[in-house]
Amino acid sequence: MKRRFAVLISMLMAVGLLAACGTQAPASAPTSAGNAAPGTGAASSKTVTIGFSASLTGASNVESTRQKNGLQLWMDQVNARGGVALADGSKVTFTAKSYDDESNKDRVQELYARLINDDKADFLISPYGSGPTDAAAVIAEQYGKIMITTGAASDSTYSKGYTLVYQMYTPASRYLTGALDALAQAKPDAKKLAVVHENDKFSTDVSNALKSYAEGKGYQIVLFEGYDTSTTDFGPIINKIQQAQPDAILGGGHFQDGTTLSKQLYEKKLSTQFLALLVAPPEPKFAELGAAALGVVGPSQWEPAATYNADAAKSAGIEWYGPTVAEFVKAYKDAYGEEPSYHAAGGYAAGMILGKALEQAGTLDTPKVKATLDGLDLLNFFGHIKFNTSNAHGLQIGHDMVYIQWQRGDGDKPTKQIIWPAAATTAKLTIPLR
Amino acid sequence: MNLLASLVDGLLIGFVYGIAAMGLTLIWGVMNVINLAHGPLIALGMFGVYLITTALGVNPYIALILVALVGLASGVLIYAVAIQRVINAPHLSTLLATFAINMIIIGLGTKVFSTSPYTIDFSLGSISIGPITILGTRLVAALAAVIVTGSLYLFLYRTRPGKYVRAVANNRAAAELMGIPSSRILALSFGIGTLLAATAGGLIATFFPFTILAGGAYELKSFVIGVLGGLGNPLGALAGGLVLGMLEGVIPAFLPNTWVPVLEFLLFVLILLVRPSGLFGAKR
Repeated sequence: MKRRFAVLISMLMAVGLLAACGTQAPASAPTSAGNAAPGTGAASSKTVTIGFSASLTGASNVESTRQKNGLQLWMDQVNARGGVALADGSKVTFTAKSYDDESNKDRVQELYARLINDDKADFLISPYGSGPTDAAAVIAEQYGKIMITTGAASDSTYSKGYTLVYQMYTPASRYLTGALDALAQAKPDAKKLAVVHENDKFSTDVSNALKSYAEGKGYQIVLFEGYDTSTTDFGPIINKIQQAQPDAILGGGHFQDGTTLSKQLYEKKLSTQFLALLVAPPEPKFAELGAAALGVVGPSQWEPAATYNADAAKSAGIEWYGPTVAEFVKAYKDAYGEEPSYHAAGGYAAGMILGKALEQAGTLDTPKVKATLDGLDLLNFFGHIKFNTSNAHGLQIGHDMVYIQWQRGDGDKPTKQIIWPAAATTAKLTIPLR
Repeated sequence: MNLLASLVDGLLIGFVYGIAAMGLTLIWGVMNVINLAHGPLIALGMFGVYLITTALGVNPYIALILVALVGLASGVLIYAVAIQRVINAPHLSTLLATFAINMIIIGLGTKVFSTSPYTIDFSLGSISIGPITILGTRLVAALAAVIVTGSLYLFLYRTRPGKYVRAVANNRAAAELMGIPSSRILALSFGIGTLLAATAGGLIATFFPFTILAGGAYELKSFVIGVLGGLGNPLGALAGGLVLGMLEGVIPAFLPNTWVPVLEFLLFVLILLVRPSGLFGAKR
């Protein structure tokens, strides 16, 4: 008997190892076979290879696919126009080279090294997610490639002394603070907060920043807890929230856990005034939760109802660039048959900013493109874009979040409304949420 | 009061863990095979119920009965194709055979469903007693688990094929000498083990979201429960499931919830060291 159990234990250990290897699907084939002709020659037309990894499988699949779709749309549009003109009169068109990172940050460095060395990528776009992007940034910097990051909001990537990494998103430290401002305005006597967040880099960064911001404003954090990315049963956490009796719940993580948490909070009939979660609520698919979606607030990098336009740029004294919000929304709908989420808009904008930098620099030469990006200050359909060039190089300092809430619309169907910042609202915050 | 809510939640999910573990432990007990395809079979149960419910628009519990029957048949098939040839070979061979099945299911499943989450849009409402809110689907799942356990018990102790299963588990050579068709009984056992996995998956799918990889977590829990309840002991598996469910409900009330797996596996190691036959005794 004893020996049998010794065998069993060693087998279980072997199983653990095998299973760990087993969950990794084989690397997917590159999505395009375009070949790079990076740029010093004076040929009249060049092809620039943009390299990136995307999560075709894994937990970030929904968000990452939209981001990739957005980038692809920009590329298709710019190529259809004949590409971007450089100073020497030549035109550059773009081709994408990408691999599936399986939503796994451990795969990313290998894939980006491969994109640079084997696929000769000229410029890089980040993967989706702060963890994977942080990993990719090391490789981009090491090989001297410019990387525009999108779908990645952590601040800490930009405090590591990198000089070639540029962030499109509003950083994590400012992700949920606006939600708290909205709450403070609508319900000044709400003081007890529960913060429950996914245990990944991005959500933890956001929650820590929120915590210090909230404490600075005199809020009391009655529960602060992380949960595993793969959590499907939030019962124990919900019981804990119930025990703490907060006025508001903030936190969340990504789409999968955020929708599940919202659904189970609703099913458990937890009474709270205010619920704001990361990433999941702004996704159009969130409305499929029906009644469980009502009242939920979410920060969004961008919304189709956003009001950025050339006039706003003029009055702010900065340049307006690219398509209008309406033009982008229409093009995306035509291409993919659904309304674009902010992930899609971020993907498009990342490509567009890179294109703009090449156009303005008039060359593909990395130091010159870098100098152009450093000086960029413009408004476009995605919002204001300006990069930090001092203590946290590449950190986004221009862009602002908008906050949405799902409210009862026609026939009780959840309808998305912008409730913050005050200047952009389409409806008042509903409080308590249901 | 709050602890009570956690306890109720934990126990309800514990019943479902119990039948998942029963599938694993039955196969181990009867044929000494560690079924590494257990997790993917649970996941297939989830997708089976999902597909039947969404395609035919039927109630998920009707779909579950179909899934259970298909599970039984596919278990017998898997046995005939992959296990029978290696059943008398050393443990490593059967381990690798079931691991191969695991990889095949995950590979094909990823191709068809990707690894994106799916949910079954179904609700039975909920009952609230004071601070405790119990979901209808979870209550039904626990009841179904009790019915399944009872049926399995009756099958094993009151029917002829069930007695054959126990005889083969006890001593295959002796059973064969008594004229019991051991090969067919082994196939049946693997079928029942698969049925249990698929049923557990189907029940879970009525209240939690799932992916093709979701079975892995329940497979690991099944190992812990199997060891807790005594490998090869179906009733022990149910009891072990309840213990594990309870721990999952109650531990987060005192510690950050991320401690749950740490304590679960600590318990697993402790039981192996101190009481390797499990809390409720393994089959001899």
